[in-house]
Amino acid sequence: MSKSTLVSTTVNGDAVEFACPTDESLMTALRDRVGLTGVKEGCGTGDCGACSISLDGRLVCSCIVLGVEAEGRSIETVEGLSQNGVLHPLQQNFIDHAALQCGICTPGFLIAAKALLDRNPNPDESEIRYALAGNLCRCTGYDKIVRAVQATAKDMRKKGRS
Amino acid sequence: MRYETPASAKEAAGLLKKEKGAAFLLAGGTDLLVKLKMGIVEPDLVVDIKRIPKISDIQSSAKGFTIGAAVSGAELGEHAGLKKAWPGVVEAANLIGSDQIQGRATLPGNLCNASPAADSVPALIAAGAKAIVVGPLKKRTVPVEKIMIGPGKTSLAKGELIEAITLPKAEPRSGDAYLRFTPRTEMDIAVVGIAISLKLERGVIKKARVVLGAVAPTAIVVAAAAKAIIGSKLDDKALDKLAAACSAACNPIDDKRGTIEYRVRVAGVLAKRAAKVAFQRAGGSL
Amino acid sequence: MAHNNSYVDKKFNVVGTRFNRPDGIDKVTGKARYGADASAPGQLVGKVLRSPHAHAQILKINTSKAEKLQGVKSIITFEDLPDLTGADQGMADILENCMARGRALYDGHAVAAVAAIDEQTAAKALKLIEVKYKKLPHVTDVDEAMLPTAPIIHERIFTRGVEPKPTKPSNISSRTEMGNGDVDAGFAAADVIIEHSFKTEQTHQGYIEPHACLASVNPDGTAELWVTTQGHFVFRNVCAGLLGLDIAKLKVTSSEIGGGFGGKTHVWVEPVALALSRKANRPVKMVMSRDEVFRATGPTSSTSIDVKLGAKKNGEITAAVAELRYQGGAFPGNWAMLGCMTAFACYDIKNNKSIGWDVLVNRPKVAAYRAPSAPMAAFAVESAMDMLAKELRMKAIDLRLKNVAREGTLAPYGPTYGPIGIEATLKAVKAHPHMRAKLKPNQGRGVACGFWFNIGGQTSTDLNIGVDGTVNLAVGTVDVGGSRSSLAMIAAEELGIDYENVKANIADTTSLGHNDMTEGSRGTFSSGMATIYAAREAIEVLKQRAAKTWGIPLEDVSWEEGHAVATGKGHGNLPKLSLREIAAKSGRTGGPIAGHNEVTADGAGMGFASHICDVEVDPETGRSTIVRYTVVQDAGKAINPDYVEGQFQGGATQGIGWALNEEYIYGEDGRLQNPGFLDYRIPVCSDLPFIDTQILEIPNPNHPYGVRGVGETSIVPPLAAVGNAIANATGVRMGHAPMSPPRVLAALDALDAG
Repeated sequence: MSKSTLVSTTVNGDAVEFACPTDESLMTALRDRVGLTGVKEGCGTGDCGACSISLDGRLVCSCIVLGVEAEGRSIETVEGLSQNGVLHPLQQNFIDHAALQCGICTPGFLIAAKALLDRNPNPDESEIRYALAGNLCRCTGYDKIVRAVQATAKDMRKKGRS
Repeated sequence: MRYETPASAKEAAGLLKKEKGAAFLLAGGTDLLVKLKMGIVEPDLVVDIKRIPKISDIQSSAKGFTIGAAVSGAELGEHAGLKKAWPGVVEAANLIGSDQIQGRATLPGNLCNASPAADSVPALIAAGAKAIVVGPLKKRTVPVEKIMIGPGKTSLAKGELIEAITLPKAEPRSGDAYLRFTPRTEMDIAVVGIAISLKLERGVIKKARVVLGAVAPTAIVVAAAAKAIIGSKLDDKALDKLAAACSAACNPIDDKRGTIEYRVRVAGVLAKRAAKVAFQRAGGSL
Repeated sequence: MAHNNSYVDKKFNVVGTRFNRPDGIDKVTGKARYGADASAPGQLVGKVLRSPHAHAQILKINTSKAEKLQGVKSIITFEDLPDLTGADQGMADILENCMARGRALYDGHAVAAVAAIDEQTAAKALKLIEVKYKKLPHVTDVDEAMLPTAPIIHERIFTRGVEPKPTKPSNISSRTEMGNGDVDAGFAAADVIIEHSFKTEQTHQGYIEPHACLASVNPDGTAELWVTTQGHFVFRNVCAGLLGLDIAKLKVTSSEIGGGFGGKTHVWVEPVALALSRKANRPVKMVMSRDEVFRATGPTSSTSIDVKLGAKKNGEITAAVAELRYQGGAFPGNWAMLGCMTAFACYDIKNNKSIGWDVLVNRPKVAAYRAPSAPMAAFAVESAMDMLAKELRMKAIDLRLKNVAREGTLAPYGPTYGPIGIEATLKAVKAHPHMRAKLKPNQGRGVACGFWFNIGGQTSTDLNIGVDGTVNLAVGTVDVGGSRSSLAMIAAEELGIDYENVKANIADTTSLGHNDMTEGSRGTFSSGMATIYAAREAIEVLKQRAAKTWGIPLEDVSWEEGHAVATGKGHGNLPKLSLREIAAKSGRTGGPIAGHNEVTADGAGMGFASHICDVEVDPETGRSTIVRYTVVQDAGKAINPDYVEGQFQGGATQGIGWALNEEYIYGEDGRLQNPGFLDYRIPVCSDLPFIDTQILEIPNPNHPYGVRGVGETSIVPPLAAVGNAIANATGVRMGHAPMSPPRVLAALDALDAG
């Protein structure tokens, strides 16, 4: 067994500590040590986006971040998207628009889509497509995913106005 | 594997220098962690520079920009001043991987990974960027084109690291552009990349720099291509000469990403397109 | 209870509307558990050592150093998986594919495996295993593998289907021939004949979830397997057979599946994980890396196909011949035979002949990929149809309509068609606004058709009604595309209750009778049929209980919209009883109320589709961009239109990826050069437009609701639709897929060179 390092982080708003070997990815640490298996592994090399998280507010693939790099940092995963038992509008729209089939890519898409809408509340189709280009989906052809994000942007803008 | 987070670039250099085993510098990690996962590297030491003060800052001054070694592509894209001055550099950096990769990938990382296909490197060279190289004992400033010497190889000595990249102040009536060819729209590696930086005087190209990527062991500065458009208003004849010079300068390989023939051909095609973008950015009219 | 599978035209309440999937919330919140998301007390990490050679004799495997590493708990080679397959060569091939037996047959072939206390230790142990190889000559190209000079992959393979029987082994495992009429006479009667050769490269299913499982074997021979699979019952039978376990003692639970598309119908690491667990007497978890997924699982055949078509001036096709060569990797398959069966299935051509050659090469064992073998045959035939139309100066769509297969047409592979939808999809395409959308410079439009059989097969469901009137539906076909939603809708429809009151679950292998795989677009068709029958059995019980409650004869009770109604004379004053009311009293009226069905679902309706593709080609780089795309397909009956559309869009996108950029690239050394998502280029979001869909509903006469499978047909037309669009945009006919930028640019240059 390799020697482990203790890492103190904030995960989805909670203080979380875990110990992991220095060469372990943050993805593996989150999955195997923190128990957040909503962080999915599709490739382990940053090419599919299934392990997307927000790290200090920045969208990253957690498979190409070391666990030890997370010391003192703030992490958001799909498990933290719904607040007080209410689904995030993106989550609800993904269900309502049938934007998922097998669902393995869904957590990554939700995190990436949230990152997009946080910085651009009114993206056009092309902006959505390029913002989600780091997330591979093999089931849907992306059609209903893009529509779910468009619907969410519209909903959230309407809500923001009222 | 030892993991260190030094407080200064000099300390980082000392750690790298002292390590007898395999030592690696970690900034964005988008290449290092892939190699780790694939078992291509087995580090004894990883030096994470992101805790060094100011290493994640972009500083602008009368002389230009100093971009810290840990500044991510996303941060470059969000910097209005840099985008306005060197749009070609920023667009090249922002073509590397997805938004997720952009959240981490850095310019020195792209440079020191030393892939012939690195997107930001031709743009940096065309812009006249310099690397501030820190060693255990001294600091030196090196033009970016002197860093990479071959696939996977750099001119940095053991213990040396890049602390920052500097870009000069953009001259009036100048413009730069970077274009690459990939089969997909995103998430791809350049089959051919080309950066062009130029300056106009009364609508005529006065100065130019043309740099090709992915068509030779390193990014290459093509003086003949620059010469082909200097003195012109980017008319069709100049563009044809530019394309021919770029194709002639290619020394590519056949690999899974493209054939020699294809790369040579497309280098000329992209050269014309990139030149037009840079020309218009400089205020020229076609 | 005998059930009638005949289609009955009726008005639906639930079926045909759009409901959210029951697994949706778990999947958007990260709670859904996939293959890699399970763990067990004391579990070990399993890893596989794979051959770096395309073809090599394994002279020696020395595991002694690895065994001594602290934390290593078991190491296995083929010796730990003794051959128990008897005379079953198919099973023997599966076993040898799971672990090399004396020879590595492809780059990535498993040679040994380790289970250790953690990832790092297992990885270190793999490096300590010493394997002595003797490299052997290899062949990876389908045409080269057929040459008499090619290195022989299995000395035991003598081509089947040729007379006289060959005396020498070869890499051709079989020859298939089928068709109707007299093609020589047909060509003699033709005014125009076109001939062309095509090649398609090998592609991978590309599911985002790698293969993963958690295996635990006890010394008494009981065992459990948690696994991402398209068919846990079949995995159970195969794994039990390979390891010598009793079927009833191996409990297999299917996890949520992160995509399969045929690639998770075959076992790879699962028998290895069980063998490692058996040796260590601890649970073993195995998760493949993406590199392993590409090198050792999945792919579909690469092919080489010749097509010859002859027609009269009026467009009547008088003869059609195809010769199809498909490689199945290092083991024999029936892939070319499937190509033959599908090649001309869209058309009514009196004289047709297809010859198939199944070929072995040093590549991974080919697995089914969504309508396996059909897309390549369609690429060739549908491209040739456009070439023929051009020769005849006809509109390509009119040529297709002129020769289209209809009810009563004798299919090239034997049966006579019942009501089918190919003509309707072509007419819908012709009328579609997409066909009138304006094309810009460098853009072209292509149309192509596709066919897939769809299958039925063994199915078992169990429907249990709770005392509160809510219903559990246990099914055994893994949900790969939303079938839990569709099946719950079917149960609600039959029982006459709300969708929200039905919960569909995928039962493990100890809780339900055998189910075949979710493959061949059978999930909703066959489990839907079994669900209808199970619900009807439950309704019979409900009626009995109502009769008992009322004290009237059963024949005086009918079931209407979720209620038992007394219909006989003199019962007019009895208020109807709801399902919920009957369920609440079930404990007092005879016990639990349930319905079961075990069926071999016959009569799967054939699926036909026609696609329209608009492409823009950059004449200077050869790069093609899809600018518009429309799928028109016959679904028989769309239970949940959202998920039917999802199948159309997903399949079309996989076909587009194959058409444009996806391919296995092998080096001279026979090693795969692009085993990752960076260089194996599946389409990304920004590569595509919205995929428009139109669902046609021509009922399948052999299903109570008229359902046809819908999952696979959509991958069949895109290669040719894209190729035809490129031809119309540029004037060049692409005979080699993927039609990647270098190939298109080279073709444009050749055209310019004249």
